[in-house]
Amino acid sequence: MDFLIFQVPMLTLQATLDGVLLGILFALIAYGMALQWGVMNIINIAQGDLVILGGYIAYFMYLWGIHPAWGVIVSPFIMYFVGVGIYKLVINKVVDRDLFISILATFGISILFMQLMNFAFGADVVLANSGYGTTMLFDNSVTLPNSKIFSAFISIIFAIGLVIYMKKSKLGRAIRATAQNARAAKILGVDTEKVYAATFGINAALCGVAGALISITFTIHPYMGLPYTIRSFMIVIVAGLGNLPGVAMSGMGLGVFEEFADYILGTEFRIGSVFLLLVLILVYRRFKLSRKREYLK
Amino acid sequence: MNKNIILYAALLIFGLAAPFIFPAFKVQLSILCVLIVLALTWNIQGGEMGYNTFGNILFYGLGMYLCASVQVGMFFPLAEWTESGGEKTFVHTPTQFFQGMAMGLIVAAVIPTIVAGLIGYSILGLRGHYFAICTLGLGVAAGEISGGIEIIGAGQGFTTPPFPDVGSLEARGEFFYFLSFMAVVLTFITVKSIYSTRFKLILNAIRDNEDKAEAMGIQTMKYKIIGWMISAFFCGLAGGIMGGLVGYIDSTDVAFDGREMGVFMVLMAILGGKGTLWGPVIGATVFHIFKEGFWTFFLGWQYVALGVLIVVIVIYFPEGIMGWLREKYPERFGEVVDEADRKAQVELK
Repeated sequence: MDFLIFQVPMLTLQATLDGVLLGILFALIAYGMALQWGVMNIINIAQGDLVILGGYIAYFMYLWGIHPAWGVIVSPFIMYFVGVGIYKLVINKVVDRDLFISILATFGISILFMQLMNFAFGADVVLANSGYGTTMLFDNSVTLPNSKIFSAFISIIFAIGLVIYMKKSKLGRAIRATAQNARAAKILGVDTEKVYAATFGINAALCGVAGALISITFTIHPYMGLPYTIRSFMIVIVAGLGNLPGVAMSGMGLGVFEEFADYILGTEFRIGSVFLLLVLILVYRRFKLSRKREYLK
Repeated sequence: MNKNIILYAALLIFGLAAPFIFPAFKVQLSILCVLIVLALTWNIQGGEMGYNTFGNILFYGLGMYLCASVQVGMFFPLAEWTESGGEKTFVHTPTQFFQGMAMGLIVAAVIPTIVAGLIGYSILGLRGHYFAICTLGLGVAAGEISGGIEIIGAGQGFTTPPFPDVGSLEARGEFFYFLSFMAVVLTFITVKSIYSTRFKLILNAIRDNEDKAEAMGIQTMKYKIIGWMISAFFCGLAGGIMGGLVGYIDSTDVAFDGREMGVFMVLMAILGGKGTLWGPVIGATVFHIFKEGFWTFFLGWQYVALGVLIVVIVIYFPEGIMGWLREKYPERFGEVVDEADRKAQVELK
């Protein structure tokens, strides 16, 4: 195997660092997914489209002359209300129904969002230029855009902040109680309807943060949502629900995998390899469990 | 029974006469036939077996590529064909075209069946939403990967052989209409005949409680794979026909089009009523009429409408048209209704 990436150690380092920084972003999106999956038992196919929508908020701030980094603050606020709105309109009708219903319903939302974003923002690939410059390492052989470091840093701050919020605040405790046993929580006076709405809102807000960071670091496009959904789904099933260090680790693992796939197979197979990896992981877990005559639940 | 024969005969005659009654809608009618095939085959998994798949699009796209590749590759070098793109350096004679199409359709049906058999054991071991997401990933991965393969046109697409000049302008539409109509009849007969056997009962047992079915001594995996192979056969066939009909294959927009065809087949079966024989047929017809109307009059907003339609159908109408009819007229479906029971229900409402 004479791939360039294995002959030049600096390229390997470059791909690994890129992957880790990218993976931290994925982990943030996956954290939102794990949250609402764990609490409401809903798989949200529109997760990626929420991310892209959040990215467009930061992009428009950039167009209006505000530094896009402020999108990290503004985007989650707007996205929180978008999330609550989606919950009130659609999700609350599918919460306690078959999971496939929720998959299909959110698939519909995803198609709707894609097309509305396409109308509103156009089908161009855009990015918000942060003007942060680049850090050169090891005699200029490894380049790291500062925006990537910035976005990884912000993601970590938001993730830690949310963990503390879930542990300490009243709403956080109510959310965790509902996740453990919705009926018992209801009996003890938790308004589960409100908790669900807040959970979906927080999930959307996290997507907003991630989207704003993605618009600074990478590019956004109305139809780019589904891969983010699949990535976060994959991270959650590898790590398991409610396993936060696991989510962070598998997020970074996925990021590194993608960067290497990009170098080895070529960019045109990058998204394909992510989806293929999902299939392989599910099949691997299925065979592992079937030895004990169990299946993925 | 007698009434049924008259109904089927009437439908068959209508189907055979349709292109001459509505000559302007031949292409639309052919697409409707393909949609019915897809809805009927999706119903085997989603309706009868309880395995909600987004992955039947894999077989559809595979069939499309295989049919076109065989049709070209039998007579001309495939790589040069795709390289030349729209400019035709090679022209099929009528004989070559029909021979290639026949051979291509056979390959397009058989290879996806084999693929379904090979991957069935791994994929069908997943259950519920894991199965749904896994098959979704499978379809998208196939689209992305085929978009990177040079010999079948990669990103720029693959032009299928144009219909040869056989004298009549109407010949192309009629040829593809009767081809797809044959596929519908074949699919319907197959599905109807398997629904009257023990096989259907086994599929329903898997849907209702797979563990129990297994405990009763049914080799569930075997039947799941056979069911998927039947679906794959007809999906591949439909894909092959659709490839010739559209005349152009693109990896993510035509062949492995999870955003359109992949969702349509689910939606049509649910709209008509999943788990029934006639549901997918009715659902596909209603959906196609709705879709064409919308695509014509609200061009540009069709995906918005599609998204809203999915949400509305899934939330407010999950039983479908057949389910609604069944609730309204249970006697027609052979259910015994107790009058007192019904009165009590009406009073409750």
